[in-house]
Amino acid sequence: MIELKDVSKSFTLHNQGSAVIPVTEGASFRVAPGECVALTGASGAGKSTLMRVIYGNYLAASGQVLVGGLDVTQAEPREVLALRRETLGYVSQFLRVVPRVPTLEVVAEPLLALGRDRQVALDKAAPLLARLNIPERLWALSPTTFSGGEQQRVNIARGFAHDYPAMLLDEPTASLDVQNRETVLSLIEEAKARGAAIVGIFHDVAARERVCDREINVSEFTPGVAA
Amino acid sequence: MKPLLQVKGIEKRYGARIGCTEVSFDLYPGEVMGIVGESGSGKSTLLNCLAGHLEPDAGQVVFDTRADGPMDTVTMSEPARRMLGRTDWAFVHQHARDGLRMSVSAGGNIGERLMAVGDRHYGDIRDKAIDWLGRVEIEATRVDDRPTAFSGGMQQRLQIARNLVTGPRLVFMDEPTGGLDVSVQARLLDLLRGLVREMGLSAIIVTHDLAVVRLLADRLMVMKSGHVVEVGLTDQVLDDPQHAYTQLLVSSVLQV
Repeated sequence: MIELKDVSKSFTLHNQGSAVIPVTEGASFRVAPGECVALTGASGAGKSTLMRVIYGNYLAASGQVLVGGLDVTQAEPREVLALRRETLGYVSQFLRVVPRVPTLEVVAEPLLALGRDRQVALDKAAPLLARLNIPERLWALSPTTFSGGEQQRVNIARGFAHDYPAMLLDEPTASLDVQNRETVLSLIEEAKARGAAIVGIFHDVAARERVCDREINVSEFTPGVAA
Repeated sequence: MKPLLQVKGIEKRYGARIGCTEVSFDLYPGEVMGIVGESGSGKSTLLNCLAGHLEPDAGQVVFDTRADGPMDTVTMSEPARRMLGRTDWAFVHQHARDGLRMSVSAGGNIGERLMAVGDRHYGDIRDKAIDWLGRVEIEATRVDDRPTAFSGGMQQRLQIARNLVTGPRLVFMDEPTGGLDVSVQARLLDLLRGLVREMGLSAIIVTHDLAVVRLLADRLMVMKSGHVVEVGLTDQVLDDPQHAYTQLLVSSVLQV
């Protein structure tokens, strides 16, 4: 479902003496449907970078990133957008929303963007919020004023609103209490059970061992460090 | 899917100076494209060339018309282009005053565009006008007030209602949130996003506000000194800018 072939990524900082920072070289792996793969490595090793390269908001310097058959590195913007709407979900660490939009709609939005009926979308969103312990009295409010943990849970609910065949999870259990962590882990297990291919970053070792089938240490792809 | 708009090699010069040059892109139905750049970078010149307000010195702007399929709007007749401007195209000006008739009531401003496409039944026009005032969150009781009695944010929303009432397929926006305070901006952005999704509009938005394009635009074009220096998916251009100027632009935004 997700396949990387010899992907490399470097950053060129034109305004800081054109410094070139190589981050990843020769990254190759594949993730099958129903499989969850953890990216591991020290902070700064390039875990998030690799994840963003898969999502397409970082431009790969070379190589191929195939998600559901589409090469993200070569695709037109509208093809990548369609892929993100239908196939590839991404739960980032931060919630980014339009001010004023109620929480329930924020969560339902991925479904509305797919053209689902409004009521169907809201009916899917509500139980997710309930499972993640967001009190119902907050659903009509914009999440911009919520606490950090609440925002993160809203973000997770939003990420799981549509049954994406491929998902990227950036520290989904960070800073969650025991009960909510448990909910998120079951959401991940349910996604795997329905056949989603998942790539995740988990600093929480117990969570990683519970949901992930294997680990990929991205340090292997860090140029100049091995050897 | 066929592109709604194909822009090929647009160039506009002011004497020896370059307004914009070598601009080409395709816009598909439902797509929102942002054009960013500092003032003087040629983004408004480009927008005006695309919308037929300025005549480009070179290039084609091919629009997929409902009746006759793709046609070059640069070379089409003036009446045909004006008809497009009243039906399938809409233009939201930075200053609402440029897009409204200030001495005509709010309802009249919306109704005028309906009458231009052949609506004649006064009651229907008034109903539609009131419906649209509601959609842009202006109270129905204000339908007979003139825009001069409206706040800046209300004027801008009225301008949007006036433009969208005829169900255009392509909307040009020149700094739609410029000059509005942030709370009004947020409201307008939310409104625009909803309308774009519900009506399946395509839009080209010129702005220097990167937060606005992140929320509204699918794709981004970065201009500097009349040239396009970078294009791509909005979050890719903002998160991983490749060109020196884009990097400067993105890193110059103040964090709140």
